[in-house]
Amino acid sequence: MVNIIRQLSVYSIPFIIIFVLLFGYLKGVKLYEAFIEGAADGLKVSIKILPYLITMLFAIAIFRESGILDIITYILSPVLKIIGVPPEVLPLVLMKPMSGSGSLGITADILREYGPDSIVGRIASTMMGSSETVLYTMAVYYGAIGIKKMRHTLACALIAHIAGVIASCIICKIIFKV
Amino acid sequence: MINTIWFFMIFAGIFLSFLNGSAKEVADASIKGGTAAVEITLGLVGVICIWSGIMKIAEKSGLTDIIGKALMPFIRMLFPEIPKKHPSISAIIMNMASNMLGLSNAATPFGIKAMEELQKLNANKERATDAMVTFIVLNSASVQIIPATVISIRAAAGSKNPSEIVITTIISTISAAIIGILSCKLLQKEYK
Repeated sequence: MVNIIRQLSVYSIPFIIIFVLLFGYLKGVKLYEAFIEGAADGLKVSIKILPYLITMLFAIAIFRESGILDIITYILSPVLKIIGVPPEVLPLVLMKPMSGSGSLGITADILREYGPDSIVGRIASTMMGSSETVLYTMAVYYGAIGIKKMRHTLACALIAHIAGVIASCIICKIIFKV
Repeated sequence: MINTIWFFMIFAGIFLSFLNGSAKEVADASIKGGTAAVEITLGLVGVICIWSGIMKIAEKSGLTDIIGKALMPFIRMLFPEIPKKHPSISAIIMNMASNMLGLSNAATPFGIKAMEELQKLNANKERATDAMVTFIVLNSASVQIIPATVISIRAAAGSKNPSEIVITTIISTISAAIIGILSCKLLQKEYK
């Protein structure tokens, strides 16, 4: 099953490309011109994203490097223990909404420290796979169209993130029977 | 909200660096943050252009309309305010499909396309619509069938069964997505 899905992901991109091109060709679309037109749009979008991403990554870099995560972990771990989140995974919980590469680093660190097949390692792996970096997604998508008033985006994304964290802990404890 | 958080991250970070003597590291890192943003964007330019080109062909051939029509009921439920046959629908669908397959490089350009189309429905161009918020929250709880990166670092760390976390990941990501969407529906009236 897992292998089938993995094969599916490998073949899906070339399949989509050939399918779209063939369909367009049969419908008489001027493929070459249409592609250039789209690529030109893409370039404009990329330039528009850049200032938003710089603004966000500037703050994230300062926050990450200052060591403030360690202090927050120390303060929060008793609270999280009550709702069943092991304190070992807390740095990951805090980093995940901010930085993809940062949280990947923390996950690798947890796996090395506690072992990939320990309950902490399994919970960290599950959390790592189950959400995207909220701040990055927001910066790119809102940046592309110039939205400044984001309303409840961050609140809801963080609620979803916390739900994912708690769900990861519960599900791992049930499935891996600890 | 984003203004406060942005300020707090920088203020707390720099303030703490004065106390614990890591001011130099923090200063270096802040500049590297800017460089990283440029590198990420440069890395994205080619991919965004290629997928935008392919999507343009799909749009002109009428393919996006066909896909959109087929998945309409599902979209209606999540995004009730998007009109039928709107071009944002197919972009949203392609974005979700790419996310599920773990093709984040393909998902981003589709997502940007979706946001651009949603912006055309927006009366106030600086304020996010309900549909935009729901879309981004759904993306941040990205439902992925195979978390390939995690499996590979588990294998590298010597796991006996690196892919055993696939099922737990799917269940937890779906829980996150459902809670996220529910909270959007509940909070969208609170945030004007």
